[in-house]
Amino acid sequence: MKDALKIVVVEQDRDRAIAIVDALKDSIPCDVIVIGHPSALARQIAAHSPDIVLIDINNPTRDMLEELTLASGPLERPVAMFVSGNSDGLAEAATEAGVSAYVVDGLAPARVKSVIDTAIARFALFRQMREELAETRRALEERKVIDRAKGLLMKAKGIDEDAAYALLRKTAMDQGRRVADVSEALVTAAGLLG
Amino acid sequence: MRAVEIPVAYMPLVDAAPLIIAQEMGFAQAEGIALDLIAAPSWSSVRDMLAFGRVDAAHMLSPVPIAMAMGLGGISTPVSSVSVLSVNGNVIGVGNALEAKLRDIGFGFDFFDPSAAATALAQISDGPITFGVPFPFSMHVELLRYWAEATSLGQHGINIRTVPPPLMADALAAGEVDAFCVGEPWGSVAVESGAGALLLPGNSIWAFAPEKVLAVRTDWAETEPYLLGRMMRAVFKAGRWLSNPDVRATASDLLARKSYLDVSAELVDRALSGHMILSQRGDHRQVDQFLVFHEGAATFPWRSQAMWMAHRLKRAHAGAALTEAQIDLVVRPDLQRQHFARPGFDLPGASSKVEGAILVPTPVASASGELTLHPDRFFDGQVFDPSIDLSPK
Repeated sequence: MKDALKIVVVEQDRDRAIAIVDALKDSIPCDVIVIGHPSALARQIAAHSPDIVLIDINNPTRDMLEELTLASGPLERPVAMFVSGNSDGLAEAATEAGVSAYVVDGLAPARVKSVIDTAIARFALFRQMREELAETRRALEERKVIDRAKGLLMKAKGIDEDAAYALLRKTAMDQGRRVADVSEALVTAAGLLG
Repeated sequence: MRAVEIPVAYMPLVDAAPLIIAQEMGFAQAEGIALDLIAAPSWSSVRDMLAFGRVDAAHMLSPVPIAMAMGLGGISTPVSSVSVLSVNGNVIGVGNALEAKLRDIGFGFDFFDPSAAATALAQISDGPITFGVPFPFSMHVELLRYWAEATSLGQHGINIRTVPPPLMADALAAGEVDAFCVGEPWGSVAVESGAGALLLPGNSIWAFAPEKVLAVRTDWAETEPYLLGRMMRAVFKAGRWLSNPDVRATASDLLARKSYLDVSAELVDRALSGHMILSQRGDHRQVDQFLVFHEGAATFPWRSQAMWMAHRLKRAHAGAALTEAQIDLVVRPDLQRQHFARPGFDLPGASSKVEGAILVPTPVASASGELTLHPDRFFDGQVFDPSIDLSPK
């Protein structure tokens, strides 16, 4: 029997980390270590000498892992970014899903594949949730700006809310811009003039 | 006519200015293109996005394409530097603990003399000082190593750790690093947040160091020569626009926007003007050529600069090698000659120079005959002759 793969997951968010660990353990025999704090990340990871490291592609601490690709001692095993060529389209799929994987030199591609597949499924779900959240936030943010712009117009021109909104919409249409963008320009200009 | 959109990855730094300005001030549009600027969370991400084809061009640390060609780091997709985006612009700073010790021995923080700064640091430390840098393949690392090797700082050696600049203040506070070398606005952010004080500008070590390049996949450069030419010209014109002191306020405001750097325009202005505030005490210095986008053929990708970087990378990483033929695919003065062969663009006649040999502004042969190169000296007075061969010694 093969040894269980040793996988390090770099993830600060506890709930996300648990979700990843569960998904990995359900699909393959493996030991999973979660690193939550980025301090001295490269050395923390090296101390565990994992077979595979998984990290969110948007995590700025990814650059700290780059040091792991340069083995500095004779006993150290350099890791490589999991890249195209290793296996058909998997690296691109991983990039798309938002996970990057670092794989130790010489690990059999078949063993890597199931880990990456699982990680891709999990991270794709995170990404979807994050995008939905960002979209909601953005919509809220725009709503606020539009409301402020309406308020400015109502005060400056002595018109009611519907008329103010109609004016914003017409301006946006005439200029081929979004109502939110016109509103933002107005709020900025009012800030400068006020 | 609808502009062709080119996706471009960048890190939100002051030296991404030529890309941001090319798009915002209409230089891209004038060339019939639009730059879809995608802010990246890390330099590895910038590199991967370019290598995997998510973007067609990228704002990249100048040594990265060379390191990739040498097989260093994770990815080896062939990538070419088609233009230098910026010259200089880094700062070396120290955390509060080192700052206090330096002040105790009466060090003046002149932000000028690398030898004096190294002597002072060597005097107050009894072991290697650990510097945080943004990425293992960067001008930051090369300047630090060069500086340490040529001064008393090298007696104990130095440690270099990769720390993303947004986390540098934490790493300093935690004692992970003692000092740092970063690009703007991160040096000024460190000063503003009380994390440390600035010790030296990068150009005090090498007066004309290529900092960021415009990088594309080498095969993309082959298949899309027209798009590439348009992008190179738009970015060149943006750099020229930025070189006019009168536009600084406008440029600072644009870069400071939430969608780009998301910092105060005043911080951006420090780098653009070279008027640096060094510490919380408010002491400040004016640094000439602090960050250069145009003057002195700044955007020209000198083969000799690439040779210097290859030479330094080879010294630091055993087994890394680069052939002459590879160099010619990585750094592309040839593409500049091809795409800038029209009025308004002036290129030096030569593609290599002896790095470090220009001590005063020097007129050189060029198409218009009006090109002046700026000093490129190394602080220790050494020169680098690119005619030395690249084979391992």
